[in-house]
This record gives sequence, C-alpha cells and structure tokens, in this order.
Amino acid sequence: MKKFTLLDGLVVPLDRANVDTDAIIPKQFLKSIKRSGFGPNAFDEWRYLDHGEPGMDNSKRKINPDFVLNQPRYKGAQILLTRENFGCGSSREHAPWALEDFGFRVIIAPSYADIFFNNCFKNGLLPIRLDAAIVDALFKAEASAPGFHLQVDLEQQTITAPDGTVYPFEVEAFRKHCLLNGLDDIGLTMQHVDEIRAYEQRRKAEAPWLFV
Amino acid sequence: MNNQTLYDKLWNSHVVRTEADGTALLYIDRHLVHEVTSPQAFEGLRLAGRKPWRTSSMLAVADHNVPTTGRAQGIADPISKIQVETLDENCAELGITEFKMSDLRQGIVHVIGPEQGATLPGMTVVCGDSHTSTHGAFAALAFGIGTSEVEHVMATQCLLMKKTKAMQVLVEGKLGRGVTAKDLVLAVIGKIGTAGGTGYAIEFAGSAVRGLSMEGRMTVCNMAIEAGARAGMIAADDTTINYIKGRPFAPQGELWEKAAAYWRTLHSDAGAQFDRVVKLDAAEIKPQVTWGTSPEMVVAVDGRVPDPKNENDAVKRGSIEHSLAYMGLQANTPMTEIKIDKVFIGSCTNSRIEDLREAAEVARGKHIAANVKLAMVVPGSGLVKQQAEQEGLDKIFVAAGFEWREPGCSMCLAMNDDRLSPGERCASTSNRNFEGRQGQGGRTHLVSPAMAAAAAIAGHFVDVSK
Ligand code: SF4
Repeated sequence: MKKFTLLDGLVVPLDRANVDTDAIIPKQFLKSIKRSGFGPNAFDEWRYLDHGEPGMDNSKRKINPDFVLNQPRYKGAQILLTRENFGCGSSREHAPWALEDFGFRVIIAPSYADIFFNNCFKNGLLPIRLDAAIVDALFKAEASAPGFHLQVDLEQQTITAPDGTVYPFEVEAFRKHCLLNGLDDIGLTMQHVDEIRAYEQRRKAEAPWLFV
Repeated sequence: MNNQTLYDKLWNSHVVRTEADGTALLYIDRHLVHEVTSPQAFEGLRLAGRKPWRTSSMLAVADHNVPTTGRAQGIADPISKIQVETLDENCAELGITEFKMSDLRQGIVHVIGPEQGATLPGMTVVCGDSHTSTHGAFAALAFGIGTSEVEHVMATQCLLMKKTKAMQVLVEGKLGRGVTAKDLVLAVIGKIGTAGGTGYAIEFAGSAVRGLSMEGRMTVCNMAIEAGARAGMIAADDTTINYIKGRPFAPQGELWEKAAAYWRTLHSDAGAQFDRVVKLDAAEIKPQVTWGTSPEMVVAVDGRVPDPKNENDAVKRGSIEHSLAYMGLQANTPMTEIKIDKVFIGSCTNSRIEDLREAAEVARGKHIAANVKLAMVVPGSGLVKQQAEQEGLDKIFVAAGFEWREPGCSMCLAMNDDRLSPGERCASTSNRNFEGRQGQGGRTHLVSPAMAAAAAIAGHFVDVSK
C-alpha cells in the first residue's frame, strides 16, 4: 500500500450528497479481474456522454463538458470535496480503486458510508470527515478562488487552507499508523497467528458445529 | 454481563484480541465468495505466497454475472466469462466448495447460504458484498466487506474492526393485509434515512418482526445496508431453528441439540441498552413505493410524488429536484398514476419461495398490461426455482405473460444482459434505485413482490392492500 504523509493538492468540488459506489464506478467495469485501470471509468456515466463498456478506448469517447472533473481547471486534482454519505451503496472496492487510479489521495466530506470509508484506508486513500458547515465553507472558498489548494498533513491531522486557516480532523490511531507507514493489514494480523489458533481451540470446544 | 444486546453477544464471542485503541481482531466463521469481488483477493493471496486459512469456512458461487437464459450455451460476454471461470479455477485449485453455474444449488449468494444451512445463528458471516447483512436474520453477525478484507479473511480467518454502536428498530403490532417485510423495511429507511444507520449495527425487534417468516426476516436484514448499517440482525427463536433443521450444512444429532440450545441464548437480554431506539407501529405501515434515486425516497402507495417546494433544506431540495428530473416525474403525481414499462421480481431481497408465492397469488389467472414490455421472474436459486415449479408457480407466471428465468442477480444490478434501456421505468423487488443501477438511464421503483406483480397486471402502481 502507498504511504500517505503530506499532500498539497488541487481541490475539485463534487457538489452532491449520497454519491453511491454505482456512480463512482458503474457495474459493467466490475467484470475485470484486475485491481488497476479503473481510473478512466471513474464516474463514467457522468463523465462521458455515451455508454461506457469495458475494453472501449476512452480517449475516443465523447466527454461531458459540464461534469466538473472534465473541466480543465481541475486537471490533476488530488482532493475530492463532496457532501454527505459519500460512497453509499455497494461494497465494491473498485470504487476506491477507481478514485485512487484517477489520482485522488484525499476525500473531504461531512460523512461517508461505512464500508467505503473502510475500503479507502486499505488503498492509500485518506477520507476526512469535517463538519457540514466547514465543508460548506470550503465549497464557497473553492468557488471563489480558481486553483484552490489544500494542504493535508496526516501526522498533524490538519488541513490548511490558502488563507492560513487550519482545520483539525480525526482519524483512528490504528488507521493513521497503517497509512503513514504504508502497512499491509494482513502482515500485521499474521503477527498474531498463535492467538488466532488459541481462539479456534477454545471455540471448537464451545461450539464444535462451527468447525465441521 | 446479563444485560447484553444480541450484538454484544455476537461480538464478544468472536474477539481474538483487542488493540489499545479498541480495534479488534474478529474471528470469521463463514466466508461466502462470489465472482465479482474475489479475483483480486485470490490474486493478492497468490502474489504474497499465502494460502487460505480454513477453506472449509468458504462457500463460493457465481451469481452477479451469470445469464438467466440459455445457460447451456455458456456465457456469451467474454469478459464475464473470464470472471466466472476465474472463480471456478481459484476454487478448484484451493479446494473451496463451489456451486457452479450448472449446479441445481447455484443461486444468489445470500439466498444459497441460508438455504444450505451454511448460515447459522451465532456465526460471523462475511462476503465481499454489501447485502451480506441478509444473514443477520439468523441471529448472526453478518456484514459486507471490500476485496482487501476478503483477502484478509482468506489469509487469516479474521478481520480488523471496531465495534460500532447498537440501534434497535422496534416494530410492534401486526402488519396489515398486503403489507410485507419489504414494506416494513422501506418504511424504516424512509423514517431514518439511508445514512440513519451509519456507524450502527441494527437489531430489528418487536412483535411484527417476530411474526415474520425467515424469508421475511431476510428481506428486512438485507436492506439494513440501505439504512446505512453494515449489519442488521434478528434474535433467534423457534422460527429460526425450525428453518435450519435438516439443511445440508446444518449440524445433526447430538451436535444439533447442543447448537440449538446455544442458539436460544442469542437475543438481547431484558434491560440491554441500545445507543438509539427507533419505534414504528406495524399497523400504520402501508405498501411502499420509492419515487426517487435513493431508497429513502419512498412513500406509501396511496401517497404522491413529493414537491421540492415543500423542502426547506437547500441541499435536500436540490436532490429531490435532481431525482425527479432523472425519474421523469412531476411533483404531486399520485403514485398509482405512474405507468411502468418493465417489472423485475427477483434479487437477494425478494427472490425466495415465499416472495414468488406472493407474486404468483396476485398474477394468478390475470395477464400483464399491454404497456408492460417485459415482466420477469428470476428465482433466487436453482432450488427455489425447482420448488416453485413443483408448486406450479412458473405456470401461473408464464400464463400471465411473465418470463420465467434461471437464478442469479440479473436485473438487480444489470451486469448481465438483463437491463433497462434509457428512460424505461421498472417496478422492481430489488434493493437499490440508484441512477443507472438497472441500466443506464433506467428508472427504478422499489416495491414488494405483491406490489410488483400487481403493477405488472395493471400497468401502473396499485395499492395491494385495498
Ligand atoms: S441480487 Fe442484487 S443486491 Fe443481491 S447480491 Fe446480487 S447484485 Fe447484490
């Protein structure tokens, strides 16, 4: 997993609530057996005017000029600013894969769906929760300042705006540790193999039908 | 420790260790696997030189991508074909039990787990699919996981997670005539919203919930995720235990007695504390229909499409306007005046035998309306299909103009050929009405099986309770 420490990134506003994972990566792309290459189809139905299918040459498709991610001023954006309940719906990890592959490293929203939130951390993406009022202020600040950047410091747990305002954010200690060091969960859990075996022995005595 | 919630009991019995910040290593008893969210996990395992910890905990099936017609010819779409074959190969190589496409037991992963007795009370059940919450109907702690977690469970039989808060949804009283488990859960979602359960595990309780069959309980827990909760659950009782008895994966003999005695302890104790309690009166619930592009955008069938003008919150008003535009609906239209083009009866929410019986009852001796281009019934599994055919339900459907299909996810998410065309309106018994869910530009209204069948016959929504 990619480490995440510090980022100074361009912000793109996606001003919608309840953006679901079907919208982030439509189902036809879930047929892939790979983990990469989903970026060009992130938000496919909003980004292109035609219907996308896997295997199409995306550079030849008609793009929707009105969709915010297609606007030249947001090219290279690494921070996605959005509204409530981002990532709701299907558990597909293809959603964070697509966002990461597109180039995002940070998402800022008032709230997220649980599974999506969790999936982000496994893929080097940092989802940050801020109060709805602050998110609203950031939307306004972005709208009035083209090229709006934010500085995200995971170690310090702060976001710094261009005017110097600092917004602190919460992140669970364990997730922060893994992200800062690019640690893979499986490797960490493998350190506790003995405890897992001991649990199994105990449980087998209590509930043997679970192990047939 | 004698006033624990069901969630406490399930959680505590599976904790292997806890980190200082409260992150627990949780042991997983049952791991269900399907073709869409597993290939990258199998590959990750292989690349790291790891082996599955306990293949006997795993049960695999292809459901999302399989065709519902012409199975004998195999899968036409080469990309879907590769994905299903990849699952077959991975399972064969690692010795994982899999119900292949040609197996009578094949079906939607959340239908076959309970049907086989592979889902048992007191278990932790995971699957790389958000509707894993379905299995909570058996007093199990069941939740969907992402592909990285699928790999984590394969490698370690455990997951890293933090305990969430507990919510109790208490539905007392009796559901009215024609009002089903689907209406109950849609009413709950309408009340608390799609993010209402975020950060919670929901226990559904109360006399109306106890009165449901296992099929109905599964429908309710299935949509806990649409209320934002990763896990939904219902206490075990005689209904639960009777359902499991004699199923292929269920314990037998002496083990059965021991297991059943334990299962009877799987309920919240009197006096157990919940972080939030939501109450509904069953008698007040009417048949529900969604009008928008989120499951919380729901009204009773005798209601009307909402008017954005009545919404004071600007963000909410915007999303109502956006949804109405997408759905091609005018504010204040009575729900019963909305005409439909297609009908889908199926999905892990409503494709079990009881669902098909309810729909067939409505369709018996009638015919779908002229404006309905396609009405399809997709049983949840090969065994459900067989049972329905033994009962003659297929004949009722076919005589009424419905198509009778092979089991799978089908038009619930339209990954195979079953999908809506742009602008088409569908009465669907599935669980998500998101934009494009059933095909790009498609318009989905979520309803119960009886409501879907009645809409097929009338050509528009009708109140089945009347
Ligand atoms: S039936 Fe629909 S919701 Fe259920 S597992 Fe299949 S795609 Fe997911």
